[in-house]
Amino acid sequence: MAVSVAARSTRTAGIAKILRERKPLALGAALLLIIVVLCVFAPLFAPYDPNKLSIANRLIAPGADHLFGTDEFGRDVFARAIYAGRTSLMIGAAATIFASVIGIALGLVAGFFRRTDVVIARVIDAMMAFPDILLAIALVAALGPSAATVIVALGIVYTPRLARIVRASTFVIRELPYVEAARALGVPTWRILYRHVLRNLLSVIMVQATFIFAYAMLAEASLTFLGVGVSPDIPTWGTMISAGRQYVGQADWMTVFPGLAIILSVMSLQLVGDGLRDLLDPRLRKDL
Amino acid sequence: MASYVLKRFTGMIVVLFVVATIVFVIVRIAPGDPAAVMLGPDATPSDIAALRDRLGLNQPLLVQFGVYLGQILTGDLGDSIFLNMPVLTALGQRAEPTFFLTLFSILIATVIALPIGILSAYHRGSLFDQASTTLAMFAASVPSFWLALILIQVFAVRLGWFPVAGYGGPDTTLLERLHHLVLPAVTLGVVSSALILRFTRASMLDVLDDDYIRTARSKGMAETPVILKHAFKNALIPILTVIGITAALLISGAIVTETVFGLPGVGNLVVSAVMRRDYPVIQGALLVVAALYVLINFAIDMLYLVIDPRVRF
Amino acid sequence: MTQMNAEPMNPVPASSDAVTLKVTGLRTHFRIGSTIAKAVDDVDLTVRQGKTLAVVGESGSGKSVTSLSIMRLLAPSARIIDGTMTFKRRDGSVVDLARANNRVMRKIRGGEIAMIFQEPMTSLNPLYTVGDQIIEMIRLHETISRADARSRARRMLELVEIASPEQRLDDYPHSMSGGMRQRVMIALALACDPFLLIADEPTTALDVTIQAQILELLRRLQHEMGMSILFVTHNLGVVAEIADDVAVMYAGKVVEQAPVRSLFKMPRHPYTKGLIACIPDPARDRDETGRRRPLSPIPGSVPSVTNLPRGCAYADRCPLTVDKCRVESPPLIAVETLHSTRCWRHEDV
Repeated sequence: MAVSVAARSTRTAGIAKILRERKPLALGAALLLIIVVLCVFAPLFAPYDPNKLSIANRLIAPGADHLFGTDEFGRDVFARAIYAGRTSLMIGAAATIFASVIGIALGLVAGFFRRTDVVIARVIDAMMAFPDILLAIALVAALGPSAATVIVALGIVYTPRLARIVRASTFVIRELPYVEAARALGVPTWRILYRHVLRNLLSVIMVQATFIFAYAMLAEASLTFLGVGVSPDIPTWGTMISAGRQYVGQADWMTVFPGLAIILSVMSLQLVGDGLRDLLDPRLRKDL
Repeated sequence: MASYVLKRFTGMIVVLFVVATIVFVIVRIAPGDPAAVMLGPDATPSDIAALRDRLGLNQPLLVQFGVYLGQILTGDLGDSIFLNMPVLTALGQRAEPTFFLTLFSILIATVIALPIGILSAYHRGSLFDQASTTLAMFAASVPSFWLALILIQVFAVRLGWFPVAGYGGPDTTLLERLHHLVLPAVTLGVVSSALILRFTRASMLDVLDDDYIRTARSKGMAETPVILKHAFKNALIPILTVIGITAALLISGAIVTETVFGLPGVGNLVVSAVMRRDYPVIQGALLVVAALYVLINFAIDMLYLVIDPRVRF
Repeated sequence: MTQMNAEPMNPVPASSDAVTLKVTGLRTHFRIGSTIAKAVDDVDLTVRQGKTLAVVGESGSGKSVTSLSIMRLLAPSARIIDGTMTFKRRDGSVVDLARANNRVMRKIRGGEIAMIFQEPMTSLNPLYTVGDQIIEMIRLHETISRADARSRARRMLELVEIASPEQRLDDYPHSMSGGMRQRVMIALALACDPFLLIADEPTTALDVTIQAQILELLRRLQHEMGMSILFVTHNLGVVAEIADDVAVMYAGKVVEQAPVRSLFKMPRHPYTKGLIACIPDPARDRDETGRRRPLSPIPGSVPSVTNLPRGCAYADRCPLTVDKCRVESPPLIAVETLHSTRCWRHEDV
């Protein structure tokens, strides 16, 4: 089923058509948009100050006053959740960008320059032999826990995934006739890489980056929960669940809502990733 | 066939070498002096210097690397700073719960994912397919520790069917230990099943379009044997690869799950080692886990030899 | 279903020839989203016992879908919405394949009607030995020991002229060439001595020399085993080689059916005539001075089966079109015994 993107003048109409035909993509995108807007503009949406302690109001169940209830210090869980979302999303995004930049660079170099590939390919394979949380924990242990090291650690963990895909795609694109022609004409390598190879890879990179974002968010939550991530003073969804752990049974809302926030974010990212992949791969037949 | 085995084997050795190198680098990029960390804040400079000498920390990096490689090859992973025993022994002691947990989890994941994946592919586009795909996506988005907390609350605290945490004491039977592992295995199994289900479905969809399926039907074969004998066996090859990858994911998940459930496994050991900066343990765990992953994948490559005759010749 | 005042439909063959399969008014439609593709739209065929019926047509004419409909091996998006397919079974009973239940169809498939396909390279399961796949076929339809099934499998490989059959039984498909795999497919199909063999373009994917060998093999086996063959092809040369009767298909309908000699000597449908003219003929295509005449292809292209025109589907490309052709679709008209055509102007062809 070919998808035709409309001309510039009706680009919005074209996008609307795509979203109408592909409901999972639309749903994921909508959900993601809502979450991002809520979190980025947290000051606008938070009904209370997330850090305001109020012992009188501690451990109130969710209700009209407090959408998600309050925690052990009387802080409104909803407000904390959307502020925490800022941090969680920011760490996920930063790690993804880190992984993307380095991963693309490595992948392009490995794909284009055979001699470097021998080494780079092995390093990628070896890096992927480490389970992500384990590697992240080790890196954080080596560098000391902080938001920055978590970002760097996760970035390093997910770089190989992207590098591998970029490398594989570069192999294919390198053999295409017009790339060969460009080289024959004497076009400098960097320009070939940028104009021809990278352009073609963009869709693949976008899809993979979306998934890495999702993995990174899950990983950050796990790391923080284990106590080797961001400091517990900074609210992230992971710290909220960790703090709420003692009150499971008493105040389930402290763990349930941050958990749901993670689930919905990750799920919407996966929906968008899948949707983009289906959209951009013309080989996929939807029916029959 | 011999070239296939040889190629895979040498590939494995090279990757193991790079793994060892990476671990070496990671452990040594930590700021600060490992000897100082080991001895604590009250150590005198001369104590620290003596320990540095003893540990060979003053040697050039390349020499240290050589010593390190030699130690690994002889099975010496160093001694734990805080546990007063060789790292290998510490890992060995903790291996049992992690091993059973991983095994149990893969079992649960496969039992859930394979039938549902096959049926989803066969009834592509149906309500069942859409529902299972959605559920799988949901399961893949759940943080394992969060699911663990919920399962504990519902099944251990409220219903009392399973113990809340722990692995049982030294005199508990194997069955009792497995009972302790049910909730943790379900936690990990559910999350892992999502990936296996996705790949099973995709692989089956590919295979069901192949011509020999039509040939099998034209022989007068009933649908069930067509799917199981012909389609599934061909779909198995990529599915096995995913199971191998899931093994690695499970080890990651085990780290978190063991912490939540208080299981005395390797994962728990690693977390406490990280907290205390017990570098030899961290190093040893990284090496063992990565080596295991590489070995599992090699084993799967060998399994292909058995299943796929095209590889043999 | 068909007009009342038209002349009789599918002609009854001479009474001395029994009929193995008779297809009447078959319609198979595909549903893709909200569009319906009328791949097979009112097809009549007769396969005489012990004879070969060739079904000829271009890609998209519906010939493959017809053979898949007979075997009821259609994709889930396809449905036989009308028609009867009368088949005489081994035990003498007559069954309508269009309406038979799954259990009966499974007995018939392989056991009484067998099929070979176009792509020998991918039609065999790569993970099982050739012998296993033939044995599987045999044991599906007969209670027989593995050892006996194996020796029958070996005999089948001998029958299709494969050298060293005993060793070949334990070979995997990937160690065989395309031609050899097709022989294996034939051995497999014939393992249970079927009445009817449906061959869906079995030589299209093979080299010309191999093609000739396979055709010769099929001819010999038919003679020895007395089975009927429904041979689907787009190649008139192949038709001339092996067919006793021919049915020409266009846009989902049979437009002409006749014994092979009559078809070539005196085609009664403009499409058939056009197809025959398309075959390069060194003698015909040079003029008196020896210079080459231009080839005469049929202009235009096949209409889409999702959007068939009103009236005769061939009207746009036909040199004999008149107004009536565009308004009313002609029924199958018998012009002689055994020869029928779907054309208002068949006398002028």
